[in-house]
Amino acid sequence: MILIVDLNWKKDSLGSCEFLLPIAAVVEKLDNYIVKHYLDLTDKDLSGCVKIILSGTALKDIATLSQPEKFRWLKETQKPILGICAGMETIGMVFGAHLVKCLEIGMTPITTLKENILVSGDFKAYSLHSYCVESLEDFEVWAQSAKCVQIIKHRTKPVFGVLFHPEVRNQELIKRFIEC
Amino acid sequence: MRLGVLFSGGKDSTLALQYAVEKEEVVCLITIASKNMESFMYHTPNIDVTSLQAEALGLPQITKTTEGEKEKELLDLKNAISQAKKEYAIEGVVTGAIESVYQAERVQRICYELGLWCFNPLWKHDQKTLLEELLKKQFKVIISGIFAYPLDEKWLGKQIDAKLIDRLVGLQQKYGISPSGEGGEIETTVLDAPQFKRQIEILESKIEARGNSGIFNIKRARLVSK
Repeated sequence: MILIVDLNWKKDSLGSCEFLLPIAAVVEKLDNYIVKHYLDLTDKDLSGCVKIILSGTALKDIATLSQPEKFRWLKETQKPILGICAGMETIGMVFGAHLVKCLEIGMTPITTLKENILVSGDFKAYSLHSYCVESLEDFEVWAQSAKCVQIIKHRTKPVFGVLFHPEVRNQELIKRFIEC
Repeated sequence: MRLGVLFSGGKDSTLALQYAVEKEEVVCLITIASKNMESFMYHTPNIDVTSLQAEALGLPQITKTTEGEKEKELLDLKNAISQAKKEYAIEGVVTGAIESVYQAERVQRICYELGLWCFNPLWKHDQKTLLEELLKKQFKVIISGIFAYPLDEKWLGKQIDAKLIDRLVGLQQKYGISPSGEGGEIETTVLDAPQFKRQIEILESKIEARGNSGIFNIKRARLVSK
């Protein structure tokens, strides 16, 4: 069971249609899943899943970044986590990285920096973010664009962050996370 | 949240509007009438019918005409959205984009520059499912433009029903045509939708087609009771 966490500013929002359902459409071909809004998450949800995906949000939606107390569980769980866009920014916030203004919209060239289980080589990805993460002491950087870090992996935990939107043009990345 | 919908009068923008009214407050429509029949950004056939659709929806409409030159038309769109922000205090914009990164990124950029939210509620949804949803929600939609092989004038004016959806999906498998027309293969016009207080009756129309390209031109239409 994959837990997909809706990071949009409210439950069942227009943002959920755009940023959550396309992830669910990729996941449902591979595994069962449940969707929960981050404000409604319970211990049972976290213990009942095998992996967790944090959704992206609309460009102006930075609600999670002012609520670190709602995401302490990210540090406590041992389950593999994949944070997409706002999901990666939220992971960065919880693990002490700095969030810095950085706008990228549209297809963006990405360079893989080291061999990894999610991506390989140079490729293009769909970006939609106004922040990026820096000072990632606890993380390895796996890929970057001309402007910022694009894929991170925690040095000791199975916690991954992807700044671009793999559900739009690089769905294989989500499949690899689920299958790894 | 007060929203303006980028409205072409076709099925995608009208379905996006339906999603938006179910979750937020839609306060106006924003329509770009392109003189360029091959515009990458805007739906073109029967754009004049949108004023009747706006009346049926009971929503004010901002309409701008653009010559349809590739980047200039984006400035025209930005001006129209900016006007909606001033006149109707919109906080965000809704589009009917499904697959087109080209369209989506341009509207996202304009919204960012204007300090507005941008929503694409149909984004990456399965195209056959979206077509079926139109039927479930009792939309009345006709094919008003065809622009790809093997479509021909027999498709023009046809109402979207279960049988037509099957045919479109069949064309996708055989010819790679996007069933929702996201690649510009077909254009549609909505005659009735759940939010319409009255429906559109076509009084006079003309098919203008050559080979695999043509439009169902609605010359005269009126609103009638549902």
